Amino acid sequence: MAEVEETLKRIQSHKGVIGTVVVNAEGIPIRTTLDNSTTVQYAGLLHQLTMKAKSTVRDIDPQNDLTFLRIRSKKHEIMVAPDKEYLLIVIQNPCE
Amino acid sequence: MAPKQKQKKKSSRGKKSPKPILAASEDMEPVNMESMGHPEIYPLVLTTKTQEIFNCRIDEDVTDEQPYKLINKVDIFEDLRNRAAVSDFHPVKKIVQEYPGNELLLVYDKDFKYGLNFYLIGTEEGKENYLNPPEVPEEQEEYKEHIPEDVYVYKPPVSKPWVSLGSEKEIEEESVMESTKQITYMISQKRSEFGAPVKFSDQNASSVKDAYIECTAYPDKNFTLKQLEKDVGMQVIPQIKDTSTQTEWTYPKNATTQYYPREFSEEEKETLKQSKPLVDFLNNASISVEIALQQNEIMNTFTDDWKYLAEEEGTFGDKTDTHLKEYQSFTDLHSPTEKMITCVSWHPTIYGLIAVSVAVRLSFEDRVYFSGKLLLQPSLILFWSFSDPIHPQLMLESPDDIFCFKFCPSDPNIIAGGCINGQIVLWDITAHADRIENIKAGDSRSKKATLKPMFLLEPESNTEALYIRHCAVSSIESGHKKVITDIHWLSDTFEINRMGSVFENRSGICCQLVTCSADCTICFWDIRPQKPLTPQTTEKKKEESIEIPFDVPSTFLHLDLSWKPLSKIRLSKGETSLDYCPTRISLNEDHLLYKTEDKTLTQSKIVKTGEMNPYHNLESGMANLLKPIDDFCTKFFVGTEDGEVIYTDWKMKKDSETGRLMPKKPVSIHTIHDGTVHTVQRSPFYNDIILTVGGWNMAIWKEGVMTGPLLQSCCAPKMYTSGHWSLTRPGVFYIGREDGYIDIWDLLEKTHEPAQSQNICITMITYIKPWIFSAKQQFIAIADYYGTLRILEIPWTLSRPSTNEMTSVNHYFEREVKHLEYVEQRKNIREQEKKEMELEMEKKKIISVFYRDVLFPIPLRQKTYQKSKEQMEAELKMDYESYLELEKTVLINLGLLKVTEKGSYMDVV
Repeated sequence: MAEVEETLKRIQSHKGVIGTVVVNAEGIPIRTTLDNSTTVQYAGLLHQLTMKAKSTVRDIDPQNDLTFLRIRSKKHEIMVAPDKEYLLIVIQNPCE
Repeated sequence: MAPKQKQKKKSSRGKKSPKPILAASEDMEPVNMESMGHPEIYPLVLTTKTQEIFNCRIDEDVTDEQPYKLINKVDIFEDLRNRAAVSDFHPVKKIVQEYPGNELLLVYDKDFKYGLNFYLIGTEEGKENYLNPPEVPEEQEEYKEHIPEDVYVYKPPVSKPWVSLGSEKEIEEESVMESTKQITYMISQKRSEFGAPVKFSDQNASSVKDAYIECTAYPDKNFTLKQLEKDVGMQVIPQIKDTSTQTEWTYPKNATTQYYPREFSEEEKETLKQSKPLVDFLNNASISVEIALQQNEIMNTFTDDWKYLAEEEGTFGDKTDTHLKEYQSFTDLHSPTEKMITCVSWHPTIYGLIAVSVAVRLSFEDRVYFSGKLLLQPSLILFWSFSDPIHPQLMLESPDDIFCFKFCPSDPNIIAGGCINGQIVLWDITAHADRIENIKAGDSRSKKATLKPMFLLEPESNTEALYIRHCAVSSIESGHKKVITDIHWLSDTFEINRMGSVFENRSGICCQLVTCSADCTICFWDIRPQKPLTPQTTEKKKEESIEIPFDVPSTFLHLDLSWKPLSKIRLSKGETSLDYCPTRISLNEDHLLYKTEDKTLTQSKIVKTGEMNPYHNLESGMANLLKPIDDFCTKFFVGTEDGEVIYTDWKMKKDSETGRLMPKKPVSIHTIHDGTVHTVQRSPFYNDIILTVGGWNMAIWKEGVMTGPLLQSCCAPKMYTSGHWSLTRPGVFYIGREDGYIDIWDLLEKTHEPAQSQNICITMITYIKPWIFSAKQQFIAIADYYGTLRILEIPWTLSRPSTNEMTSVNHYFEREVKHLEYVEQRKNIREQEKKEMELEMEKKKIISVFYRDVLFPIPLRQKTYQKSKEQMEAELKMDYESYLELEKTVLINLGLLKVTEKGSYMDVV
C-alpha cells in the first residue's frame, strides 16, 4: 500500500512526467494521476495496443515476449510496461 | 583314260533331259553333260548284268579308290550285238563308234553327280583329264574364267550414230519457248520537248471518261465453295451460371452507441492496491520505466541534427546583404509650396498602393502669415501606386492639412483623418475603388481603353488623378481645438458608450474612433447617427444645410459638421491648469494591425450578404441592448509632448460630489524622454510590449510593469524622429533620425546601440511604415521632411526571423522584467541598509555624546529618544564602566597610576 504509493510517487517525480496510470488486465484503471476521462481513454486504447503488440511479438517468435513498449510522438512519449495481470502507463514530455 | 568321244554336235546346246533309260533309237542323240560344263561326260545306267559282263560290278571291280574302268571298244560292240536294244550302251552307241581310241573310260558315279550311277567319258581328252587330273581341277576351272578379263584388250570407243530413245520429248516439254510473238512499241517525242519542266496535277479518276477500267468483283458460281467440313475443337468445362440481383436500398441511418467505461469503485481499488501481485508488478515494472525515463531526460535521441544545424531553409538573396535597397520613391511635383509628409499608410488590401498625407512645411507664424495663400491650395492625401511614380492615383481633399489618418480596418474605402485645426475628416472612396484596384503593374496611362471610365462627364479622369472631396467633417465647436495628433479606429469587436464601458459590437464593422489632440484631450467618436437628444439639434441641422457637390457620397451626411464626440477625456495634471498634451496613444487591441484584417474583413462581408455596404446603412447597426463585455482592459498608453509616458484608463467614473463624469487618474506616469514622444507602438508579436520613441532616446515598456521601462537606450547623438517595430522579426525595430539616417535595432544582437545605421535621405525622417506583401517581399516606406516618400525593400536577413527568435526575445523581456524586479528588491534592501546605517550613525552619536556628558558633566540635554535608545543608553553605560575598569587595571600594571589615587578617581566618577 505505502510501497505502491511510494513507487508511483517516485515515478511521477521524474522530470517531465505528465501522468501515470496503473491498469489491470482488462483495461480498467486502478491508480491514476490524470483526470478521469483522460485516464479512461489512455487505459482503453493502450491496453488494446499492448495486446496487439504482444501478440505480434509472440506470433513472430513464440518464445519471445513483450517487455516494454514506448511510443514517441511529437508532443510526448508514452511508456507501457506490461505484465501478466497489470499494465503501467507513464506519459513523459521529453523535450527540454 | 582316254575319253571316249563320239562325234558330238556342238550345235546342240539344247536342254538336257536326263532320261534314266533311253529307248533304243539310233538316231537319238546321246545326252551329255554339256550343260554342266562337261560335254564329254555321258551318264549311263549299267545294270547288274552289264556290270558282270564288263567286270565293273559296284563295290567289287569298281570301288571308291578306283571308280573307273577302261573298257575295250570291241567288248562294247560285242555287247551291243548280243543284246542290241537291251544293252546299256545303246544310248551311247554312236559315241562308242566314233571314239577314236580303243578303250573308253567308264566311271562309277557313286554320288549320282550326273544323275546316273555310271558315266562314260566320250573323249580322249576327257579320259586323259580324268585319269590325270590336274592338281586343282575345280579351282583351275574357275581361275580359267577370271583370266580372260585380264587379258581383256582395251578398245577405244568408237563413235556410233546417235540412237534416239525417246528423251527428245522430255526436253521439248521442259524447255521454255515463247508461245506468242512479243509486242514492241516505239514512242517518240519531239526533240525540243526533251528536258522540259513537267507539271504534275492531280485528277480524280472518275471525273475523266475512260480514265480507268474497272474490274469489279462479282460472285462467280463456279468458284464458290461450299464448306462441307468444319474443324471444331471442344472442351469440357464445369457448368457456369451468371445471375444478378437488385437489392433494396434502404436509406442510411445514423446510429450511435452510448457507453460508459467500466471502473472500479474505491474499495476495490484499495483492495487491489494492497494485493501482493500489484506490489510485485510495480517493483518490477518501475525499474524499466525509470530507466526509460532517465534515458529521455539525458538525451533526446530523436533530434534531427541536420534540421537544427541549418537555421534557414534557403536564403532568398545574399545573406550578407543587410542594407535596405531602394525600390521606388514618390514626390509630388505639382505642388507649388514645399510640403512635408506627415503620415504614411499602406492600403490594407491592394498591392502597391500607399497613401501619404502632406502638409505645408511652415512654422506657425508663417502659416498665419501665408494663410491667405494657403487657403487656395487644397490639402491633400495622395495615393501613390508602384506602377506610376509621377502621377498620384487619387487625391483626397481636406479642409486643412492632415496630420494623421487611418484606413478603416473593416472597409478600406473609408478613411479618417485628423486635421491641423482639430477637425476629423472622413472620406468614402467606394465609388473609386475599381479605379485603384485596376492599377496593375505596367503603364496604365497609355491603355485608356482598359480602364473603365467611371464618370462620363470627366473623360480625362483616366489621365489625371481625381480630386475627391471629403464626406464629412466633425463639428468645430465640440471637437478638438488644436491639431489632432493621433487617430485610431477602434476594433469591430467592441464598442464603448459615453461612460467608457465596453459593450460588444453587433454591427461587425469598425464604427468608433479615438483621437488625441494637442488641446490635452482624448476623444471617442462614433460614426453612426446619434439619436437626437434635444429638439435643438434638428433646428441646428436645418440651419446648416450646405450644398454638397453631387459626386460626394452621402455616407456620412448625418455627421457632416455636426459630429460630436462620444466622450472626452481630459488629461489633467491635477490642480494646476497645465495638462498633459498627448501626441500618441496606443490601445490594447490586436485588431489594430492591418495584418489580421482578413479575418475581420471576411466577418464584415458575411454581414453584408448582398446588401449595401453597412457603412451606408449605419442606422441599422444600432441596437439598444448590447451585452457588456466584462474584464476588458480599458487602459492604454499615451505619449505626451513633454516626453512622458502615461498609462491611464478611459473609463469614466462618476464624481460623487459634482455628479459629473470624471476620468480616472492615470495609473502610472514616467518621464523618460527628453522631447516629444512621437511613437507609442505595441509590438506585433507581443501585446504587452510597447516601444516609445521620443527626444534623443527610446524605451521599451511592458504593460503591467509599473516600475519603469524594460530597456531604455542612452541618448543618441541625433534626435530620433520616428520609429516602428519590424513586422516579422520580434526583436527588430526601425528608428529614423533627424539627419536622414535610419537606425535598425536588433535586440538579440545589441541593446546598447543600433545594430545598423543606413543613410536614406538628407533631411529629417518623419514617418516609417513597413509592410509585408509576400513571404519574400517586404517593403518599408520612409517619409521625409522634404515631401519625398521612399519605398525600400527590406533584405532577407532583416525580414526573416531566425528559428528561435521569438522565444529568445521573450526570454530577453522576461529577464528584463526580472531585472527590474531585482532592482526594486535591491532598492528595498538598500532602503533597509540605509536605515541600518542611520541607526549605526545614531549609535555612534550617542556614544560620543555620552562620553562628553560623563567626563565633563554638562546639564544633560533633553533629547527625545525612543525607548529603545534609553535601553541602549543603559547598556552603553555598563560597557563604559567596564571599559574604565579595564583602563585602570592597565594603567596600574603599567605603573602609571597609583592605587591610592584610584579611590579618589573612582569617587569622582
